[in-house]
Amino acid sequence: MQSMNVNGVAIEDTFAEAFGMRATAIVITGPDAKWARQAAISMTGFATSVIGCGCEAAIDVEMDPAETPDGRPGCRVMMFAVSTEELQKQLQNRVGQCVLTAPGSACFAGLDGETQLKLGAAIRYFGDGWQISKKLGGRHYWRIPVMDGEFLCEATTGLTKGAVGGGNLLLLAGSSEKALRAAEAAVVAIGKVRGAIMPFPGGIVRSGSKIGGKYKGMIASTNDAFAPILRGVIASALDADTNAVLEIVIDGENSDAVAAAMKAGIKAVTDLGSEMGASRITAGNYGGKLGKFHYHLKDLLP
Amino acid sequence: MSALTFTLRAQPPERLDLSPLVPRSLAGMAKRDMEKIRLGISKHALTVGDLFSVAGNDADQLVFEGGSDRFDCVGSGLDEGSIRVVGNVGAQAGRKMTGGALTIEGDAGPHAGSAMRGGRLEIGGDAGDRLGGPLTGEMAGMAGGVLVVRGRAGDCAGDRMRRGLIAVLKGSGDYAGCRMIAGTLAIAGEVGKLPGYLMRRGSILLDRSPRRLSPSFVKSGSPDLVFAALVDRHLIADGISRKPLLGGVVGRYGGDNAVLGKGEIIFSVAERDR
Repeated sequence: MQSMNVNGVAIEDTFAEAFGMRATAIVITGPDAKWARQAAISMTGFATSVIGCGCEAAIDVEMDPAETPDGRPGCRVMMFAVSTEELQKQLQNRVGQCVLTAPGSACFAGLDGETQLKLGAAIRYFGDGWQISKKLGGRHYWRIPVMDGEFLCEATTGLTKGAVGGGNLLLLAGSSEKALRAAEAAVVAIGKVRGAIMPFPGGIVRSGSKIGGKYKGMIASTNDAFAPILRGVIASALDADTNAVLEIVIDGENSDAVAAAMKAGIKAVTDLGSEMGASRITAGNYGGKLGKFHYHLKDLLP
Repeated sequence: MSALTFTLRAQPPERLDLSPLVPRSLAGMAKRDMEKIRLGISKHALTVGDLFSVAGNDADQLVFEGGSDRFDCVGSGLDEGSIRVVGNVGAQAGRKMTGGALTIEGDAGPHAGSAMRGGRLEIGGDAGDRLGGPLTGEMAGMAGGVLVVRGRAGDCAGDRMRRGLIAVLKGSGDYAGCRMIAGTLAIAGEVGKLPGYLMRRGSILLDRSPRRLSPSFVKSGSPDLVFAALVDRHLIADGISRKPLLGGVVGRYGGDNAVLGKGEIIFSVAERDR
């Protein structure tokens, strides 16, 4: 495959193939940044892939007190799923179990949308009749008495049908240490892009998958073409110098956010250089027939 | 286009019903026809032409240059556009309004904002008794919208209020928020006796500890309320107040336990009492 070279890092002339998804966002605040973050981390735990978790979710950005509705530190959490029903179910369960329960938390809409998902409007029943409905400045809140005071939760949050899931970068390196260093640099850079999340652990996937497998019922199985220990045994996508591959998977509020995130990731990896990090960047696709969104790496060069 | 302006020629000799003068009714109407609208409620049948000189052509913005305590029902039923009164008004200003903006630069009489359901009513001076309240025989008072009184409100402000926000900036008379069904009543300044009398649900927010509270209200501590911060920020962002009403530490009473008891009085705890 043809490739370009930036700072010693080869960038293959290929594209990432991504899919349309439903997404929502909420803002979680807490008495301090630590507890706001803790509620968000709990809520987005076990939300790496829609294949097994029902949704993909992560913290989009941490917010200063000046940016949040109640003037306390907070986090914007984004959540992606394949259907509106599943997104509603996941949102309700996760906010109910992880945000309502976290000390001092409050929860607000994080996205404007024509369609609304129930947030406090579903959780209010926890109040057992003592919940209080409040409308202020065109927004609707529920206040639910809890043991440390009150859980305040906006009634609804917006849904977007224009979200994109599955933007990705594959970072190929001579050692797992170099691959991890490159991936970490990409995660830091992409973390600053608003409206894009990386749902996998710490933003990084080591077990990239292909569709299907030899065993009946497997939706996905190991991406053998990118597994270094199978190089030579099967038709491998890896060259002789590659001993580790890590993937960054990106979900975005819209297509622009995914493109901006991939661009930021490529820049971080090429800035690091091939000596310290990845020697090659490529991307995963299914031949272009399955996903509506294609991100060509050559268009995203730094 | 300039605002359609009604300039008062002289103090009216009798009480007037100004409810016909709202943007929706006047849209597209010729000035000649406007002047024939009857406003007087006695046998004298005073008309717009008898009382005002009319200028301007934008019926979406009405201005009354000069007001009077005899101006009843100003902006009653308002649903769109704006009305501004440079002066005082009488009873029932903005009654049953559902949208638009009504601004009264002077004082308003009793029942201002009575049973309003939407829009914004702003009173620069004082308001009379039963602010936002229902007329005799009606079941509910204010049911939506925003009502701001920059001066003082009379007795029974927010009577039977069901939804929406009332903010009073210089205190109120007795029985503020009496018989409230729900909604939010915020008052800065001294309130009279028995605020929240017979309230079922809803929130009364005060910038100081209430004196002379009904014994059927019970103390419910000094909880940490995100809602208090949200209200404070909203009042400032919406241009209603310049400083936080509740501040950092609040106290709370639950009541009125003589009725349903799901209402609350949240008040700012003064620095010296913390």
